[in-house]
Amino acid sequence: MKIFYTDVLVIGGGLAGLRTAVGVRRRGLDTLILSLVPPKRSHSVAAQGGMQASLANGVKSLGDNEEVHFQDTVRGSDWGCDQVVARLFTHMAPKAVRELAAWGVPWSRERQGERQAFINGEAVSFQVPSQAHGLIAARDFGGTKKWRTCYTSDGTGHAMLFAVSDQAIAAAIPVHERQEALALIHDGDRCQGAVVRDLVTGELRAYLARATVMATGGFGRIWGVSTNAIINEGIGQAIALETGVARLANLEAVQFHPTAIVPAGILVTEGCRGDGGLLRDVDGHRFMPDYEPEKKELASRDVVSRRMAEHMRKGKGVKGPFGDHLWLDISVLGRAHIEKNLREVKEICQYFLGIDPAVDFIPVRPTQHYSMGGIRTDHRGQSPWLQGLFACGEVACWDLHGFNRLGGNSVAETVVAGMLVGEYVADFCASPGGQIQISTGLARDFLRREQAHLDHLLAGPGQEDAIAIRQAMERVMTDRVGLFRKGPDLEAAVTELRELLVRARRLGVRNPHPGANPELVLAYRLPRMLKVALGAALGALARTESRGAHYREDYPGRNDRDWLKRTLLHWPEGSDLPVLEYEPLEVRAMELPPGFRGYGARDIRDHPDTAHRQAEVDALRGVGGEGDMSITQVDGVPSLQERLMPFHHLLPARYQGPNTRSSAPVNV
Amino acid sequence: MSRALTFHIFRHTPGNPDSVPHLQDYSLEEAPGMTLFIALNRIREEQDPSLAFDFVCRAGVCGSCAMVINGLPGLACRTLTASLPPEITLLPLPVFELIGDLSVNTGKWMRAMSERLETWVHLQGEPDLDAVEAPMDPDLADEIYELDRCIECGCCIAACGTAQMREDFVGAVGLNKIARFRLDPRDRRTEPDYYRVIGDDAGVFGCMSLLGCHDVCPKGLSLQTQIAYLRRAMVRQGLTGPTRCL
Repeated sequence: MKIFYTDVLVIGGGLAGLRTAVGVRRRGLDTLILSLVPPKRSHSVAAQGGMQASLANGVKSLGDNEEVHFQDTVRGSDWGCDQVVARLFTHMAPKAVRELAAWGVPWSRERQGERQAFINGEAVSFQVPSQAHGLIAARDFGGTKKWRTCYTSDGTGHAMLFAVSDQAIAAAIPVHERQEALALIHDGDRCQGAVVRDLVTGELRAYLARATVMATGGFGRIWGVSTNAIINEGIGQAIALETGVARLANLEAVQFHPTAIVPAGILVTEGCRGDGGLLRDVDGHRFMPDYEPEKKELASRDVVSRRMAEHMRKGKGVKGPFGDHLWLDISVLGRAHIEKNLREVKEICQYFLGIDPAVDFIPVRPTQHYSMGGIRTDHRGQSPWLQGLFACGEVACWDLHGFNRLGGNSVAETVVAGMLVGEYVADFCASPGGQIQISTGLARDFLRREQAHLDHLLAGPGQEDAIAIRQAMERVMTDRVGLFRKGPDLEAAVTELRELLVRARRLGVRNPHPGANPELVLAYRLPRMLKVALGAALGALARTESRGAHYREDYPGRNDRDWLKRTLLHWPEGSDLPVLEYEPLEVRAMELPPGFRGYGARDIRDHPDTAHRQAEVDALRGVGGEGDMSITQVDGVPSLQERLMPFHHLLPARYQGPNTRSSAPVNV
Repeated sequence: MSRALTFHIFRHTPGNPDSVPHLQDYSLEEAPGMTLFIALNRIREEQDPSLAFDFVCRAGVCGSCAMVINGLPGLACRTLTASLPPEITLLPLPVFELIGDLSVNTGKWMRAMSERLETWVHLQGEPDLDAVEAPMDPDLADEIYELDRCIECGCCIAACGTAQMREDFVGAVGLNKIARFRLDPRDRRTEPDYYRVIGDDAGVFGCMSLLGCHDVCPKGLSLQTQIAYLRRAMVRQGLTGPTRCL
């Protein structure tokens, strides 16, 4: 048995994993990264439109700060997020953008002088002052009060991923490519690493580490059509679930992005609408103002997606060979803008649709896009149930996004989480808990178990067809666990997924080659995907309310009284089904007590603590709601922030400084 | 009336001692909007579960799926079968280590190239993350992004005459990266540093100006221009710099 030893094992080579590894290496720890694919091929590369950070450089960004970003994020989450995590995140986002700038990301920059823009269907112009010239620019995105999304054209994720990946190479961090973790090695209390399969040779090896960081991305590929890369199959979530002790959270919180092209399901960025693009129906009518007169196309993603589906149900969709769709019109922005700031969109339209978006409308419809839920961790990224197991990025639920993520907050989260979790993991390794009694016997037991499972698949008598079962799973998720959900559908989904899981234990593999063997790979992944799918369906069935992206037609209102809580899921060893538990969100500790997001009609059953907490917050803030929002005490007196909801003490020392902003005056 | 397509696909698994390299034929009925991503997955799902190939983003941005399509390197995911004749031959990229069938190890090659050319911003010191970022001219940022758009797919290497002959040639992908960092004021390296890594036949002087790289680059990067300017700059450095070789 081949064993690799390291201090910090990072599983996943996207932005979150890479940035974590760079951080722990800087703290003097040994680390290595496992990745299914070369790191620069990770799904982070697909982030197009940009990352949110309240730099407040541009005219449309003036007045922005951490607090405004925090409030947008909490509202966006439909009050489902962890507000302390949201505060840590919005404090860190400007630092992350600036670090990436130093590392070479060619952020698009402000240009002084007259700026033409397209806002709410109209061409407008404004003056960019000379003080802002050359600073990092930001564009508008949905659900935000300010223009806050920093970007490099529409290849933001690419530029970020290459910069961070190259920093990992500069730090001589080894990346073991084409390696897949099959199981976490643990004794029920302490995670010790992972059993890993080499996807080229088929060999199993053990990786033993003091800390294991999961950074494997989302699980969009359990749906039939998703904007996700095809490697986002939820295996990271599944192997955490298979420990029997680690908890997953909020798997029912799944985002459907309004604008994926039809039929390929490839994303075109929210930046299209942020920059002024419009949604139109079969008659060419711009319909979003009819539903959401205030935010229109730039309402939160969950809202826009539902309004689009609602409009198509009224028969206003465009009929096509692949079902109904609507139109995204960016032709209004003009060719010059598209070819400079939306060039990936242009390429996608050209190659996959054969159209020119400077002239033609783009066929779009809401499509599975993002997993808000994942491996439940605390604000340090650590699992409270399995010591030494950490998670960050989309695979994790430290709970920045609650039930709906804002556009531009996920790629920002990857690097921010990497910066923070890297420090927390290093702190953990320096603590007594970070020491470990390595057990090669335990590693051998786990490796033998996995090897026996693979040998059984290759030689065993199974007759079930993995591709047929996978397609059935995709249909169930698409038809029954989609944008609109109903109790009977979800019950049927649970029943059907359970049946599929039983059948998936008897898969047949025709190709007996133990090495590079795509059929074998699907055979061992499929039961794991089904477990995650079942978790999402069960969570959605149990949650009898509508919150953010989780919309129950039979329970259309948000119910804070009964459901202001996080779904926790674990799968006890030997059980047929996972177990659901709930973790309350503490209203009495919230900086921003639950309120109305402002979309559609107010339909909320309040939490009993909400009024009390709102009164407390109002009293602290004073009548005008203004106050000193310094993050820490001033002259020995606790600041308003500290009295409302302290978080500064949780930040790693190196990141505690306040963010400076340019003082470009308003000169509109 | 849909076309009947015939695929001739390279098959070989080096890790399997019984494997013999050969072309295998598959027939498939063409569907509207069919890409090679869709076609290859249908072949694998319906005809041959052992067929190995790499796709990740399937949207033309991750660079995983480069292969030789009817003689030309390109990204399979965004190649419409409608743009090809009914006989389609698919081969793995040459130069790179073969993993199996159409899957090659571009990751290993690119990492080695990056380590050799040090393809990262060499910092001038630890950045102050609390301070307002240093301004950059918006046009310069755009110019850097233009060269930063390389996705390391390997098409330029597969189309390169020198790379077929010299294992250590850094290729257009490597040279473009040096061009990118030379433009970037945040990289503290200067001309002699760049000369040290590309000032030889494994670097910019190995290019024979066949420029297959420029013709096949899926991102349309200005490789011809970049290599020409870089060669001129490195000649100047070679003639006048401290490591003068004439």
